Amino acid sequence: MTTGQSIIRFEGVTKRYGKVVAVDNVDLEVREGEFFALLGPSGCGKTTLLRMLAGFEVPSEGRILIDGQDVTQVPPNKRPVNMVFQNYAVFPHMSVADNVGYGLKVDGIGGSERARRVEEALALVKLDALGSRRPDQLSGGQRQRVALARALVKRPRVLLLDEPLSALDAKLREAMRTELCQLQAQVGITFVMVTHDQDEALALADRCAVMQRGLLQQVASPSDLYEFPASRFVADFIGSVNMLEGRLVVDEPDHAEVAVAGFDQPVFLDHGVTGAAGTTLWLALRPEKIELHKWAATPPHPGDAPPGRNVVAGTITHVAYLGSESLYEVALADGQKLKALRSNLTRWDQEDFALGETVWLAWHACSPAVLLS
Amino acid sequence: MRTGPLDYLARWPLRLWLAGVGLFLYLPLVSLVAFSFNDSKRTTVWRGFTLDWYAQLWEDGELVAAFGNSLVIAAASTLISLVLGTAAALLLWRFRFAGKSVLEAVLGLPIVVPEICLGVAFLVFFTAIVPWPTELPWPANLGAIIIAHATFSFSFVALVVRARLASFDGALAEAARDLGAGEWLIFRDIMVPHLVPGLVAGALLAFTLSLDDFVITFFTSGPDTITFPIKVYSMVRFSVTPAVNAASTLLILLTAALTALALWLQGADIAKQAA
Repeated sequence: MTTGQSIIRFEGVTKRYGKVVAVDNVDLEVREGEFFALLGPSGCGKTTLLRMLAGFEVPSEGRILIDGQDVTQVPPNKRPVNMVFQNYAVFPHMSVADNVGYGLKVDGIGGSERARRVEEALALVKLDALGSRRPDQLSGGQRQRVALARALVKRPRVLLLDEPLSALDAKLREAMRTELCQLQAQVGITFVMVTHDQDEALALADRCAVMQRGLLQQVASPSDLYEFPASRFVADFIGSVNMLEGRLVVDEPDHAEVAVAGFDQPVFLDHGVTGAAGTTLWLALRPEKIELHKWAATPPHPGDAPPGRNVVAGTITHVAYLGSESLYEVALADGQKLKALRSNLTRWDQEDFALGETVWLAWHACSPAVLLS
Repeated sequence: MRTGPLDYLARWPLRLWLAGVGLFLYLPLVSLVAFSFNDSKRTTVWRGFTLDWYAQLWEDGELVAAFGNSLVIAAASTLISLVLGTAAALLLWRFRFAGKSVLEAVLGLPIVVPEICLGVAFLVFFTAIVPWPTELPWPANLGAIIIAHATFSFSFVALVVRARLASFDGALAEAARDLGAGEWLIFRDIMVPHLVPGLVAGALLAFTLSLDDFVITFFTSGPDTITFPIKVYSMVRFSVTPAVNAASTLLILLTAALTALALWLQGADIAKQAA
């Protein structure tokens, strides 16, 4: 989508709590107008990073800039950012309209202008009719809209969202995803979201930062994260993956071969790897990129690999029927198991791949992602 | 066999216990109230209904003055203990510091120390250490009693407010801060509304405690600073007339009403949180 100028910069930001390093030397840039997600398992430091951006935590080292201004020591109430809290933190003793208007009241914006802006904000989140309600008369989804309106009414430079969808039930979460995207396009404000839910990050964000143990692992678009992960951690954290450990045996500019234990032939790759022969590396092979073929005397031939390559035989040991697709677990001769995902394109052909059947697994030479760490 | 919630009352030891409670606790109170309406100077024989004793109370200038003193002392000590108690509760809730546990223990002292000890302590304090001037105009002459009452009732306020603070969601304060509010606005707009039930309950508690305190007041009051309970005591020493009954009935009524109000406010608050 939009790729404007830099609006937020973290420069060498570290946060320590005693001996624990929550955020470790993070350099990060968020661009104007984008929907940015901080993604990672719990305790990876993503929330600390967001709270430092809001001003609730002060970095132990490094600087944070918003619009080129150093805000590292600026208190939360003086920053041009507003936050939607995980449990919304809607003020229980104020009406919906008073909640939304609170930030304006604090800023000394009174009377008709405040009323007008509150009305606009409530219309934006489709709560026009509920201004006089009390928070305890609202559903969880409505409370979240109040929190959104309350933050957006201040027209912040950046809107921060802390696990915005985690407290909603599954159906509502789907609907709110779409709505958050539309809302962001409508107001044109930069959104920074923290989430541990990779689906949420992939569906919503223009770019994601994946964190682990306080370190930034990779910053990329959702499709780049999925198709070109930078490390085994990222490949494993985003989506499902078959991780094959191997040794580089052939490395030419236009192709490479990797020997993997339990495979008769080395895996063939359609690109060079730039590594010394014998280097240990990993191949990340997504389940949906492995084709299943009915058993035949001659192995199938995956498009861009030489005959007999990128094909292994195995026995189906588990089938998870998911409706639109089925996830198969296939054991190779040496016992190692690979996961393969197959779309149920017709209404009956999944019967060919029953439990215990011997099948061929095949993949293209461009499918595995090569990982050096 | 299923037992209902009141079935245990069928057992004789429990019936005996109930009868004992009724006899020794409530019968004296009931007779006290009943005989305040008795049309006789003697408090033992029922002669007919009258409100004369209440009218007589009203004409007793000393008693009315004592009642006025009691109300002023209760109001002033409530106000002081409300401010000090809330400040203490906030301090203990918000900060960590050396000696915090000591301070918490000291805060509870006025609740556990026998009243007679506090009374003697105040007597010594206000006569020997910081003598309270005796010739002050009303109501400044009540200062010593007000200070003494605030000293023990602020502990109760602190306890009640502290309990209320425990249920405060820190994210609300952060949200207000994020929206631009400074410390004072957060306190006024977010914390105080949350604390209101605790503040009201604490204030009513302090007011009631002050109103019916006898022991500590006895040691700190002078000849010109008689409070209602002390006046009632001196009336009893003079002679037990139904006027004493009437005065006591008024005191019971007032404290019972205030206690009920405090309980109701806390109950309404708990019900609201449970909902």
